[in-house]
Amino acid sequence: MVQPDLQTVRLSNGKEITVHTHLFINNEFVPGHGPLIETINPATEEVICSVHSADEQDVNAAVNAAATCFKDTWRKVAPAEKARLINKLADLMERDRDELAILDALDNGKAFTVARDVDITDSIACYRYFAGWADKIHGKTIDTTFDKMCYTRHEALGVVGAVIPWNYPTMMAAWKFAPALAAGNCIVMKTSEITPLPAYKFAALVKEAGFPAGVVNIITGYGHTTGNYLSGHPLVSKMAFTGSTATGRKVMESSSTSNLKKLQLELGGKSAQIVCADADLDQAAEWACGGIFNNHGQSCNAGSRILVHESVHDQFLELFIKHTKAMIKIGDPFEEDTFQGPQISKAQFDKILNYIEIGKKEGAVVSYGGKRWGNKGYYIEPTVFTNCHNQMRIMREEIFGPVVAIAKFKTIEEAIDIANDSDYGLAGSVYTTNLDTAITVTNEIKTGTMWVNCFDVFDQSTPFGGYKQSGFGKELGKYSLQEYTQVKVVKILRSSKI
Amino acid sequence: NTGLFINNEFVTGAHTIDTINPSTGKLITSVQAAETEQVNAAVDAAEKAFYGGWKQSNPRERSRLMHKLTDLIERDAEDMAQLEALDNGKPFGFSYAVEIPLVLSQLRYFAGFCDKLHGKVIETEGKLSYTVHEPIGVCAGIIPWNVGALMLAWKVAPAICCGNTIIVKTSELTPLSALKIAALVKEAGFPPGVINIITGYGPTAGDALSRHMKISKIAFTGSLPTGRAIMKAAAETNLKKVTLELGGKSPNIIFDDVEDLDKAVWYSLNGIFAIGGQICFGGSRLYIQEGIYDAFLEKFKAMAAARKVGDPFNDREAEQGPQVSETQLKRVLSYIESGKAEGATVYHGGVRKGDTGYFIEPTIFTDVKPDMRIMKEEIFGPVVAITKFKDEKDVIAQANDTTYGLAAGVFTSSIKRAITVSNALEAGTVWVNCYMQVDSNSPFGGYKQSGLGRESGEYVLQDYTQVKAIKINIGL
Repeated sequence: MVQPDLQTVRLSNGKEITVHTHLFINNEFVPGHGPLIETINPATEEVICSVHSADEQDVNAAVNAAATCFKDTWRKVAPAEKARLINKLADLMERDRDELAILDALDNGKAFTVARDVDITDSIACYRYFAGWADKIHGKTIDTTFDKMCYTRHEALGVVGAVIPWNYPTMMAAWKFAPALAAGNCIVMKTSEITPLPAYKFAALVKEAGFPAGVVNIITGYGHTTGNYLSGHPLVSKMAFTGSTATGRKVMESSSTSNLKKLQLELGGKSAQIVCADADLDQAAEWACGGIFNNHGQSCNAGSRILVHESVHDQFLELFIKHTKAMIKIGDPFEEDTFQGPQISKAQFDKILNYIEIGKKEGAVVSYGGKRWGNKGYYIEPTVFTNCHNQMRIMREEIFGPVVAIAKFKTIEEAIDIANDSDYGLAGSVYTTNLDTAITVTNEIKTGTMWVNCFDVFDQSTPFGGYKQSGFGKELGKYSLQEYTQVKVVKILRSSKI
Repeated sequence: NTGLFINNEFVTGAHTIDTINPSTGKLITSVQAAETEQVNAAVDAAEKAFYGGWKQSNPRERSRLMHKLTDLIERDAEDMAQLEALDNGKPFGFSYAVEIPLVLSQLRYFAGFCDKLHGKVIETEGKLSYTVHEPIGVCAGIIPWNVGALMLAWKVAPAICCGNTIIVKTSELTPLSALKIAALVKEAGFPPGVINIITGYGPTAGDALSRHMKISKIAFTGSLPTGRAIMKAAAETNLKKVTLELGGKSPNIIFDDVEDLDKAVWYSLNGIFAIGGQICFGGSRLYIQEGIYDAFLEKFKAMAAARKVGDPFNDREAEQGPQVSETQLKRVLSYIESGKAEGATVYHGGVRKGDTGYFIEPTIFTDVKPDMRIMKEEIFGPVVAITKFKDEKDVIAQANDTTYGLAAGVFTSSIKRAITVSNALEAGTVWVNCYMQVDSNSPFGGYKQSGLGRESGEYVLQDYTQVKAIKINIGL
């Protein structure tokens, strides 16, 4: 007996909701042929329900649906109509904002209020931003020689594959869907098997908005099976991947052995926040706190290293801990005042606690937190390590949890060197009131985003993406359109002389 | 000069490689070759140069140096063209009148761009948000043997323009013109380590470059299998950015409403037989509409038959020289055999010319079927496969039925057909009523498995810079 698509799920407050559990292909919810995968509520450690996953046959079906739709339908739809559909989708997400937020909170463990006010709100803004680009994707005319008419077209790629992580289920989907659709592509997206539920609710809205069948296809499954079939598929012209650096390598290798599909990788980070002696320390402490503890530390751009000028270290630390205590209320995701919910899974929970042990063994000092919180759910206290140096594993390896490592520096040159002494280069910040320091430091750090006197401030219009082994390619902003188009130049000769 | 050009000096390599004159099969000279140790030395030099002042160099100074280098190449253009003709076998006239001028125009185009690399200011709430387009750092270029001097320019020009330093590995088959340019790099006054030029084998020196942890970007022009290997190597090491310009099996479509038949024949013929067919965008599949088929084929065959194949030095009339090496000669001849074995008709040519040197007659196959190897695989020789077609829709499907997507040609006098067909073709460049028109300011690169990224034009700057977004809180 195949598990039916709709399943009833009970929330911790007693409320019941209905969720889709089948694959979304060609505007229909269809059974998958991969194994049933249980999705766990990280706040209770209990199974929410099982979902269908995609095997190779299902991936083929999804890709073929997208390819057929692109060829026969989607590429012929006028850009303004594409914009209208994307805006309609945003309207429906707005209508069902709470329901989407409930699913993000339930499946991921983030606070419902955060899911509603940050994740879903920003996702809606992302769709609206890119809807506006759909009819503004311009080629150029290029004056080469007098006898030629030469122009470029920025064409859609066709079928785009996307693999997204579990840390911002709805928002990571938006960052891929929005530019891909605006640029005229059809998509097959594999969600994380850890957080499959939100995207299936979103899928129902895609159909309701009126997108032709096959434009958006959403499946789930394991990376090494489902993800792998997608990365290697000959009809997929591009893979957009957000996740670990280790898996990013596999996606790139897969492209090299299959059809050299275009790639975009958004990988890990170990971003440094630099606090200068002339910083407004209280402000810096507040921003820095959010910079590491937002989303329970489960952000690729988390400011997980804080470098503080030795003259203000102790003062900063005191303020940092003060803000941590004030800001970080740990609790059930559905409680109104919860800031921090549980970590995503047992595996992550164990990994983070292990890093805390490693930090202690390496000689760092736990100045705050350092333990599990409560005895049910994967909760970990916000944890502050001091007395760190940049060769420690807790300063070099991505922990992906609410653990920050604080080190001192003497000169700004030293801080820059420490910040750059990493294989990663995703984000970073500097806190200073001095103009020269701000410009110099932002110029010198090898990273894709630098915040000055703030952290984690995102806009739909500014590009986001890493240097070095944090990946390549940009999301958000006009820059991301380059990732979802290919350039054709047409050169027409009109003279009759050879 | 025959050394490895590292840090503005010609130095000894790990061993030497002989370079052969393909017109005679005889040795020209031996050059120094790099292995891992020399690659490391080149990377060190490039890295030191980048952080030692080049990264902060004034863009106008970069521009001045690029212009100076270009002027020197222009001064020595005849020598350069002769080296290309000697080492590669292409006619001197082609190198002097076509290739070297393109080298000059590419360098001058990008010399003019150095101080025009703009980021953006983006309106966001409570902040000053802006982007800067920074140099990537140490870049590598691996270039092929067909138009060595031009490929060197296509890698060096945008890399230097954007403030990077670079190591270029030339093909071990045609190292000489690049080494001549190397001497001019020093004469122009580039600081040591900014431009390094080495040669070596792909599996050793090329692999070392692909895997080097301090190279942040690699640009490769060459074969598809090597392109895959480079991407794989990047995946296994530091995820360096990879751009690839690979092979092609480009379709050239002649409609029966072509305006000027003689012109179409001339472009089509040169579009496949230039440089002995050793061009990535060669129009190697020729589709002729049935109404014009006989007339076109007669003129095409006549022009092929009249084509002068000979030693580019001893025969100044030669329009086509030898294939670059014995290996390539054998490869092309074996494709000709496969065409015959699969049932295609040799309409003209189909044989080696002479016993010395690697010359092949311009070869025309007719009665071809889409699944023949000569229709599917890149031959990289003077061999064209001709298909008769009925209608537009059918020929577009046939033209697109390939894993490649580098270029295409369309000959028609109808504006509607020109635009409709060029829109439908899955190719990075579509030429209408011409072929092989290369300009330094328009982008060049492949769809599908012909590659990733674009060269020339403003588009290439994206691949030689990295974007940083900076957001300064002024009111949050």
